[in-house]
Amino acid sequence: MKRREFLAASVAALLAPRLAFAQDAYRRLLILVELKGGNDGLNTVVPFADARYYSLRPRLALKRDEVLQLDERTGLHPALQPLLPLWQSGELAVVQGLGYPLPNLSHFRSIEIWDTASRSDQYLGDGWLGRAFAASPVPQAFAADGVSVGGADLGPLGGNGARAIALNDPESFLRQARLANPSGAKRNAALAHILKVESDIVQAASHLNGNTAFRTEFPRGAFGNAVRTAAQLAANPAGIAAIRLSLGGFDTHQNQPGPHARLLGELAAGIAALKSALAEIGRWDSTLLLTYAEFGRRPQENASMGTDHGTASAHFVAGGRVRGGLHGGLPQLADTDGGNLRFSVDFRSLYATVLERWWGLDAARTLGGRFAPIELLKQV
Amino acid sequence: MGTEEARHLLARAGFSTPRLAEIDADAGLTRQQAVDRILRATRIEARTPPPADLGTWIPPYRLREMSAEERKLYQRAQVERGLALKGWWIGEMLATDSPLTERMTLFWHNHFTSSLQKVHSARLMYRQNALLRRHALGSFAELLHAAAKDPAMLIYLDSAGNRRGQPNENFAREVMELFTLGEGHYGERDIKEAARAFTGWSIDRDSGEFLWRPFAHDDGAKTLFGRTGDYRGEDVIAILLEQPATAEFVVAKLWREFVSPQVDAAEVRRIAAVFRSSGYQVRAALREIFLCGAFWAPENRGVLVKSPVDLVVGTLRQFDVGMADPMPIAFLLRNLGQDLLSPPNVKGWPGGDAWITSQTLLARKQFLERLMRVDETRMATAVMARAADPQKPMARRFLQAISEIQFSAGDWLGAYRGREMPRTLQTVLLATAPAGDQAPAGEGMSLLRAVVADPAYQLK
Repeated sequence: MKRREFLAASVAALLAPRLAFAQDAYRRLLILVELKGGNDGLNTVVPFADARYYSLRPRLALKRDEVLQLDERTGLHPALQPLLPLWQSGELAVVQGLGYPLPNLSHFRSIEIWDTASRSDQYLGDGWLGRAFAASPVPQAFAADGVSVGGADLGPLGGNGARAIALNDPESFLRQARLANPSGAKRNAALAHILKVESDIVQAASHLNGNTAFRTEFPRGAFGNAVRTAAQLAANPAGIAAIRLSLGGFDTHQNQPGPHARLLGELAAGIAALKSALAEIGRWDSTLLLTYAEFGRRPQENASMGTDHGTASAHFVAGGRVRGGLHGGLPQLADTDGGNLRFSVDFRSLYATVLERWWGLDAARTLGGRFAPIELLKQV
Repeated sequence: MGTEEARHLLARAGFSTPRLAEIDADAGLTRQQAVDRILRATRIEARTPPPADLGTWIPPYRLREMSAEERKLYQRAQVERGLALKGWWIGEMLATDSPLTERMTLFWHNHFTSSLQKVHSARLMYRQNALLRRHALGSFAELLHAAAKDPAMLIYLDSAGNRRGQPNENFAREVMELFTLGEGHYGERDIKEAARAFTGWSIDRDSGEFLWRPFAHDDGAKTLFGRTGDYRGEDVIAILLEQPATAEFVVAKLWREFVSPQVDAAEVRRIAAVFRSSGYQVRAALREIFLCGAFWAPENRGVLVKSPVDLVVGTLRQFDVGMADPMPIAFLLRNLGQDLLSPPNVKGWPGGDAWITSQTLLARKQFLERLMRVDETRMATAVMARAADPQKPMARRFLQAISEIQFSAGDWLGAYRGREMPRTLQTVLLATAPAGDQAPAGEGMSLLRAVVADPAYQLK
C-alpha cells in the first residue's frame, strides 16, 4: 500500500462506525464455483409448470416427469440428483433470477462485471473479494486470503488487494515453492506484479502443510480433483478465507442436452463430495458455497439444438448454515426484455449476503452501494 | 543503434531473448535499417513440412454413426494428431529464420481464435494456421475476409448452425467484439442484424469446405450502423472495415503486444490512420510501431511480461538447445497457460500480468532450473524412460525426449570469452537490470543460472 493510501485507509478506519467484524470471521470459509461459459439456468432450475417454457424450447425442454420436482412449479435437471440430499436436509438454497441492470451479453465483459461487482457501465480493476480483503484484511497468519484451484486466472480474487494463490494441488505447489524469489526492486508494474506473486508464494508455502486423509470418495476427473484440493485446503490449520473452483464448458450454443447433463452431473457430484469431506473434518457448518456464472442463456432455443447468450439465471448456495429453499423470483417468460429474462435479484445482493451476513463486513463499501442481503443464512 | 537498442528490437520483434551474434550483427545499423531488414525478410510459408498424418475431417453425423469403439479410436487418433501439430508449430518457431512471422501468426491465432477442443480436426487447424501465416504481415482486410470463411472458424463459432429464421449470433457478436470494432462500438441490434446477414454461410457436411447455402440465407433488408440493405456476410465485413474503430482496435492490440501495456491513444490514432490508408497493410502498421518514440523509450524496456512461448522458445533458441522431439514443449506450454491451438475461449489468452500466477511462475522457474541442470539429470530421465509402463507410450516418449535434450553450456559460454562479464551476459539475457534481492554473481554456469533465475528474466 502506498503511504497516502495507507493514511487514507487509517483515517477512514477511525471515522467508520465500528462493525461487528472480527478477524475470526474469516475462519468461516467461502467456496465459489464458477460455471464457465454461462450456464443455462432454465434447464438447470426448470419452470416445468410454465407452458411458455415448452413453447420456447420445443426440443430442449425437460419434461415434467423427468425433472426433480422441488415444488409444484420448479424442478431440478435430473443430472442434479446428487444435490437432493442437501435439498431435503434444508442446506441447499436455490436463488432464481440473479442478474443486473443493462446486462452485457459478452462472456468476457459480463464475467468481469461479476468478478469485480461493477455496474454494467463501470470498469473496475480489482475483484470484489480482492477489494473486501484490502479493506478488512485477512489475518497475517493465514496461508493466503484466497486460493484459486486449477485454472490460472484469479477471477474475484484478482487485483493487488488480496494475497491470492493459484494452484492445482498443494503437494506440487510446496515442492516448487522453494524456487520463489520473495523480494526485489519493483521498477515497473509488470515487475511489481511478479514480485508480489513471488512473495505470496513464499507466504502460502510457509503455512500450507501436507495431506489430510478423507474417507470421502471424490469424483474422477478435473473437477473432482479440484474438489479434493478444496477439501485439503479447508482442512489446513493456518486458514484460507476463500477458495474458488471452476467448471468449464457451459457455452452450449450447439447440441446442448448431452454435454449440459454431463456438466451438471459433475457439478452435483462434486458439491456432494465436498459436503461429505467437510462434514468429516467438522467444517461444513463453517462453509458457504455459491455457484456463479457470467450469465444464463436465452429462453428461446436456437436452431442448433443449443441456446445463445442470455441474462438472468439461477444459482445454488449450500452449507451447514444455509436456509434451504427457493429464493428470488420465478423466471417471467411472458415478460422478457427483448427475449431475455429480466433479473429479480441483483447479483450484488448475493455478494452482500456473503460480506455482511457471513463475514460481518461493510458490504456497501466493497460493492460501491447498498444492496440488500438475501435472507438465506441461519443466524451465524 | 548499439548493443542495447539492437537487443531491444530483436527481442520485441522476435522471441524475447536474441543471441549475442544476432545482436552484434545489427548493432551497427540505424533503427530504420534494422526495422526494414526485419520487415523485409518475412516468410509467408513455414520452413518445416507439416506432420505427415493430419487425418481427415469427419463430420459430426458420421461420428454419430460410428460404434462407441470406433469413435474412441478415432478420438484418440485425433488427440495424437493435435499433439503432433502443436509439436510441429513449436519446431517451426525453433527453426524459423523469420521469428516475426511466427510471432504474428501466433498474434492472429490469438485474434481469430479457434481451438482443437471444438474443431476436433488437426487438418482444419493446420489449414487455418497456414492461412494466418500467409497473411501474417500482409493485408488485414484480406485476412479478415479469409478467416471469416475458414472452415475451422466456421465450426468454432457455430456459423454452420446460423440459418434464416433462427439465427445463431455467435459469429456476428465475436466478429464485432473481438475481430474488428471492440466493445462499445456496436449495439445489440447490429449483432442481430449482422447474424441475419451471415445466414447461409455453412460448411459442406462431407468435405468440411465453406459452402454458400442460398436457401438458408435471410435475404430481407438488414439495418446496421445506420445503413440498410440486403446484406450478405461479405457486405457486413466490408462495412466493419469501413469503421475507423477497426483500425484503432487492431493497432491498440499490436501496441500492447509490441510496445507497452499502457496504450498511447494519440499515437494509436495516428498509426491507425496510416494502417487504414495503406489498405490495412500489417507491415505498414508494424513499421510505424517499431519506429515510434514510445517503442524506444528507456522507460518502456522490460515492461512486457514474456508469454510462455516467448519464454520457452526464446530460451531454447538462445541456448541452442537441441530437441529431436518437441512434444514435451507442447505440454510445458499448456502448464504455463498457453496451450497452442487450444486457447481458453474465443477471446484468446488475456496475456500481460495474467500470464503470471503462483502456479505459472513456479512452473516457469522449474523449467529454467531443469534446463540448466539437464546434464545432471539426463541419466536418471533415461532410466525412467526405459522403466516407463509400456502401456503408456506417451509417458515413455515424453521422458525419452527429455533425456535427449542437448544443451552445452560450455560451448554457449565460449562465445562470451573476452567480453566484459557479468555485464554482457546480463545485457543479452535481461531486458532490464536484475531485479532480485541478490544481484546475479559468480562465474560461468553458476552466473548463468543466477541470471535466468532473476525475476527480470520473465520480462521483455
